[in-house]
Amino acid sequence: MTVETNLAGLRATAPPHTPLAVALGTGLTPGFSVYEAPVGEVAVVFTPAGVRQVRLLAEVDTRAVEAKPPRDWADHIPRALDEGRPGKLPLDLSGVTAFRQTVLGVAATIPKGEVRSYGWLARHIGKPSASRAVGSAMATNPVPLIVPCHRVVRSDGHIGAYSLGGPENKWTLLRHEGAVPDELEELAAAGVRYVGSDTTGVFCVPSCHNVRRITGTHRVAFQGESAATEAGYRPCEVCRPLG
Amino acid sequence: MMDDLCRRLADDFDTTFPEVVSALSDDVYSGLRRLAGTDEAEDLTQETFIRAYKALRGYPEERIRSLRLRGWIWTIALNLGRNHARDRARRPTPVMLEDRFGVEDPEPPDSTAWDRRLSRLATAQRQAVVLRHVVGLDYDEIAEAIDRPAGTVKSDVHRGLDRLRRLMEEES
Repeated sequence: MTVETNLAGLRATAPPHTPLAVALGTGLTPGFSVYEAPVGEVAVVFTPAGVRQVRLLAEVDTRAVEAKPPRDWADHIPRALDEGRPGKLPLDLSGVTAFRQTVLGVAATIPKGEVRSYGWLARHIGKPSASRAVGSAMATNPVPLIVPCHRVVRSDGHIGAYSLGGPENKWTLLRHEGAVPDELEELAAAGVRYVGSDTTGVFCVPSCHNVRRITGTHRVAFQGESAATEAGYRPCEVCRPLG
Repeated sequence: MMDDLCRRLADDFDTTFPEVVSALSDDVYSGLRRLAGTDEAEDLTQETFIRAYKALRGYPEERIRSLRLRGWIWTIALNLGRNHARDRARRPTPVMLEDRFGVEDPEPPDSTAWDRRLSRLATAQRQAVVLRHVVGLDYDEIAEAIDRPAGTVKSDVHRGLDRLRRLMEEES
């Protein structure tokens, strides 16, 4: 045998999973991995750039392939799901408009176990009249649980709709993290938007953790911000009810 | 065939790119096995195509259309092979990967002997011989891959083969 024939015999076939590994590595094919959440099993869909979607397992994009997330940040996924905020987990929001990304960024700052309204979010992005657009941004949030849109409620205080499987999941998630949605609904039904303390003269959104420290007799309910400010109350610096 | 592939790649990049991987992955894998090592070849092959994707996406359509893809892909593969870059931590891995290990193309029994002989060649000769006779590129494609004139490549291949023949004679 000649040297040339011998060398030609060294030609090999690439491993069969090469095309799939390349498709995942370029982001042409998204990968997904399954995690347990209070609402059941969810699929976290990702590209090398970060997490792109969170979906109920039954509703995962059929193009996505089950894969192990990049080792660089795989450990941050369960943590982000558990905490209800991205933390160090990179998100791939390349298909999301700049406005919606801003809204998602502010929504991600709402503490665990508390809620804020669409109106609150609109004020905090500096567009107080945009609560409707904020509502759409929440309804189309590609990464629920990680960007906690379950902590965003209607401007009248009612719990409202939820994109990940329906409103009952919103209640489940809020209860799971220590919020009491039934109480929030009662306050909303009574028209209460803010709760103040007559000892400190400070008013908060009803689920602010400072409200828990106000004992029953010192609690004052307000139906709107003007009622609170006219009574001489100032907004809480933690929940910043007025933006 | 490659010209047609480049034309379609220029027109519809994301849809056509997987065909580039299918058309060239055996080339790249076969060559990298000899130039970077059997253990590294799988990872480096994937990385070559991922980098190719990122590079090509930034190219103007005209440049993609006129690309000599089969040689061009080796500018990336050789560079990666040289650096033995591994950044698997930064990309997702298909879940079934482990299960598929072991069903791959096994190395021919004399591959170690050939690696030993090839390692005796100067780098330029080794690359030229592997790209010509293991991978099957023509001289122009190799010239593109290693950025040397085709005439130089041709003489590198001839000298490399001569050396290999002598090494085999010494062994027998």
